[in-house]
Amino acid sequence: MTNAAVHMEGQLHAPAHGAVATGAVHAKGQQHPIKLYLVVWGWLFVLSTCSYLVDYFGLHGYLRWSLILLFMILKAGLIVAVFMHMAWERLALAYAILLPPIAVMVFVAIMVLESEYTHFLRVLFFATPS
Amino acid sequence: MAETALTNTGQGAGRLPGWPGIAADWASDQRAFKNVSWGKAMMWIFLLSDTFIFSCFLLSYMTARMSTTVPWPNPSEVFALNIAGQHIPLILIAIMTFVLISSSGTMAMAVNFGYRRDRVRTAALMVVTAAFGATFVGMQAFEWTKLIMEGVRPWGNPWGAPQFGASFFMITGFHGTHVTIGVIFLIAIARKVLRGDFDVERRGFFTSRKGYYEIVEIMGLYWHFVDLVWVFIFAFFYLW
Repeated sequence: MTNAAVHMEGQLHAPAHGAVATGAVHAKGQQHPIKLYLVVWGWLFVLSTCSYLVDYFGLHGYLRWSLILLFMILKAGLIVAVFMHMAWERLALAYAILLPPIAVMVFVAIMVLESEYTHFLRVLFFATPS
Repeated sequence: MAETALTNTGQGAGRLPGWPGIAADWASDQRAFKNVSWGKAMMWIFLLSDTFIFSCFLLSYMTARMSTTVPWPNPSEVFALNIAGQHIPLILIAIMTFVLISSSGTMAMAVNFGYRRDRVRTAALMVVTAAFGATFVGMQAFEWTKLIMEGVRPWGNPWGAPQFGASFFMITGFHGTHVTIGVIFLIAIARKVLRGDFDVERRGFFTSRKGYYEIVEIMGLYWHFVDLVWVFIFAFFYLW
């Protein structure tokens, strides 16, 4: 049954994660101290508040976009790495899951070019630019 | 059992680091996600597919917004609320974000107590998570009602580009559906935990397979993913 595998996993992960090395060696599965989750939870609150404040103070231009993206990436990273335990998974799994979404960036680039072209045509033939 | 043979590869100490390790895992004589249970690997692969679906929605929204010549409604104002005589921009969405983040926190702790076989705490934390999720969906229902009353439709709205409504209902609707399914999933697993199904290895009603406490982590992956998607929706749809 899975417990054998899970038990092994606990042992494998222990050295990589020094803080729990003593406590979790005999534990099963993804065991990390509750404190770690609480710290991440706190950071997610702080980062969300920062995101909200960007809007609340009405920041504009590149400052706004870069701050929004920064807080977004930090939040997403914390959730995936700690809450979803990706930081302690096998590299084979981490790369199989994390690399494909990065390929979506190519799609984004294509659609940015495409929508700019569409916008250009609309301005040219149909409307006054906004 | 067969699973032991598959997962117990006896190479615990000699795990190769970096790319050689990945190559070894993926090599033809190996199972790609060694020591990762199938349940967990399959949930991750499902979430990857879901990532693509959400990516496509956000991409179509980006394309619509970038190519329209009509001004896009200002989300900060659209989602503002008047609370105690104060006009606060985007406040509803901010509260929804905090509710969902809190649900992720309680879920992470539920997984922890699950592996400690603390049935009551695990089930209680999962029920709290489900309650946060239900609160989120409730607030979303309020948000939808408010916008529909103000005249937002999938084909138009009073403030500008008609594509705003289509993007809004599609993206938040699909995310809300995920949250709703997650709440049901949470309650179902919480019931199994509380009943002790994973201690006595009771067979499931539907699959007739034995359940393990790992299912709490697997369902946690789903729940955190829902929160993760909201991070992107919050940034791209509401803040942008």
